[in-house]
Amino acid sequence: MTATQQAEKRTDATGAPRHLLAIDDLGPEGIGEVMRLTDSFVEVSRRPIPKVPALRGKTVASLFFEDSTRTRLSFETAARRLSADVMTFSAGSSSLSKGESLRDTVLTVEAMGVDAMVVRHSAAGVPRQVAGWVRGASVVNAGDGWHEHPTQALLDCYTIGRRKGGLEGLRIAIVGDVRHSRVARSCVTAFAGLGAHVTLVSPPTLLPASLAGWPVEVSHDFDSVLPKLDVVYLLRLQKERMTEALLPSLREYTATYGLTRRRAELLAPGAIVMHPGPVNRGVEVAAEVVDMDVSAVTEQVANGVAVRMAVLYLLLGSGVDLASA
Amino acid sequence: MVLKGGRVVDATGSRPADVLVQDGEIVSVTAKVSAVPPGTVVLDAGGCVVAPGLVDLHAHLRQPGNEEAETVETGSRAAALGGYTAVVAMPNTDPPIDTAAAVREVLDLGEEACCDVRPAGAITVGRRGEKLAPLAEMAGMGVRIFTDDGSGVQDARIMRRAMEYATALGVTLAEHCEDASLAGGGHMHEGEWSSRLGIAGQPAEAEELMVMRDLALARLTGCRLHFLHLSTAGSLAMVSGAKASGLDVTVEVTPHHFTLTDACVASYDPLFKVNPPLRTEADVAAVRSALSDGAVDAIATDHAPHTQESKEMPFQEAPPGMLGLETALGLALTELALPLERVLALMSWQPARIAGLASDHGGPVEPGRPANLCVIDPDARWVVDPAASASRSRNNPYGGRRLTGRVRHTLLRGEPVVVDGEAQR
Repeated sequence: MTATQQAEKRTDATGAPRHLLAIDDLGPEGIGEVMRLTDSFVEVSRRPIPKVPALRGKTVASLFFEDSTRTRLSFETAARRLSADVMTFSAGSSSLSKGESLRDTVLTVEAMGVDAMVVRHSAAGVPRQVAGWVRGASVVNAGDGWHEHPTQALLDCYTIGRRKGGLEGLRIAIVGDVRHSRVARSCVTAFAGLGAHVTLVSPPTLLPASLAGWPVEVSHDFDSVLPKLDVVYLLRLQKERMTEALLPSLREYTATYGLTRRRAELLAPGAIVMHPGPVNRGVEVAAEVVDMDVSAVTEQVANGVAVRMAVLYLLLGSGVDLASA
Repeated sequence: MVLKGGRVVDATGSRPADVLVQDGEIVSVTAKVSAVPPGTVVLDAGGCVVAPGLVDLHAHLRQPGNEEAETVETGSRAAALGGYTAVVAMPNTDPPIDTAAAVREVLDLGEEACCDVRPAGAITVGRRGEKLAPLAEMAGMGVRIFTDDGSGVQDARIMRRAMEYATALGVTLAEHCEDASLAGGGHMHEGEWSSRLGIAGQPAEAEELMVMRDLALARLTGCRLHFLHLSTAGSLAMVSGAKASGLDVTVEVTPHHFTLTDACVASYDPLFKVNPPLRTEADVAAVRSALSDGAVDAIATDHAPHTQESKEMPFQEAPPGMLGLETALGLALTELALPLERVLALMSWQPARIAGLASDHGGPVEPGRPANLCVIDPDARWVVDPAASASRSRNNPYGGRRLTGRVRHTLLRGEPVVVDGEAQR
């Protein structure tokens, strides 16, 4: 069987997905399922001992080929709260630097007895390749290049759902560097899949070359879009974009596409401001706006653990009764 | 030796004939060989086409320098199995073929090979695009095609000088058209799929800009120019127009650019990473129509072996390239709605002329000619099995594909190097 064919086999016998590589693996119903499970795990997280035995005896390995302390900690905490054993692999300490192929590395880790691999890589598609190579393990995409970061989109859906009661009919703008953003690709699919109207607000140099098939509108005029929004979702701007002739200067970017204090006053009542972190205060968003009540940034981080518990449980825990756990 | 019971097809036409071969030459081509000398080997060509051997303008044999991926021996064996009696070996080896000594090394390696191996020379020293390589010295050793393939000559002034210089030598310059600054390190075609998949793309215009520039330079200098692996509708339209206006340029396209699209990359399998990248359905349609309307002169493989481990890497880290020598004919016969005579023109006598090999390869099947021949069973059905390849590498994107039309025998100067689909050397 080729890697492609294996990757296509994405569900187990019960119909639950085996891997979470992209938001499309779940579809709107799957996202709904994750949201319901997340509610249960938020409750678990509030207990004096925030731990359930749902994944006892299972081993979750985090394979982070690209540094991300926050996402790794969030996944590992989620796995531990489900009583799974956790293995950590980071590229710096691995044999990747010794000339081993990526496939060799993955199969070596799996051979240690791993039930799920949480994979982060700077190259798009690596989780999909890994899913094609592993024999039995589930693969969770923790962010791959510019491609997808599905658990980020799920925690964002959950955060919006808690604040606004659902996504159906909401007006959401994703603002900034969409071209290089895995978060944007996952969020567009997830938000639109749940019925939101999505507008990308971005200079043409920071949009993907083609938006064919994307369920979005595009605007280059933040001020005119802003008053109609329920959610403003700001993307992180990498400083190296300045050296690639994509933008003249940070100052000009902030003036045109930043959520400045002046622009924050244009927000409709009840609108919320989100950001996947880490925030460049003063670039994509003014420092004081991050700390205003409209900001949901801290909730996003807090919901991350419960959402990742839900994802791991969905992929690995089928058959375990959560109520009795 | 007699090739018995086949239909001879060459540039002059088609007729049923037995072909008698002795001492490396074709001795007779007659409806039925009457007096077969005793002890003559008879190869069955029943139901088959007996044609001049195929000529590949574009193969990476990887020797010297990357013998893990391919050698002249293994690459030429794959070529013979694919019906080729001559291949042009690309100079992006390590060290590159940019001196007479390097040319000599590859020619020597080719002595024992299963097909004729003709090295192309680099245009610039080290293929770095800065300083002209000793073109006359290499031409003196028989090199007829010069290219920096793997990358284009970026500096227009250097390319102009190379073209001017080449006119005195009667050689052809072959360009890999890719404007590096616009391509910007893109790993696939820029468009709908690259945007969705989050992979850095290179736009069609990165190829087309250099096609445009080189057409202008060919007009300026009068140099014979060959375009390697053109892949976009825009490139083909420009070259087609230039040819119509009388410019002496030729064009090759590859089987993967008329069979695969950028949608294949959705698997993120580096088997589908190649340069120029797989393009859109519209580009594939343009390549196919350019093949049928004569705008394209040759089908070339761009056979580019890579080790398994180098392809088991993230898409953006894996090297570009795919195998082609053993599947090119089958793909052309199966996928193109062209008569077999047209396919052979594109794969044998036309490329033989471009490569300056017409005296030995691709010529009419007639007495006195060197017996460089292939015998093709046009009805043979087979399934591509990458594991069964004669190449040292396995980066074949067509695994499992059903093809119709396969090489049965190949003769190199009268020696049967492939018999019944099995290599003899």
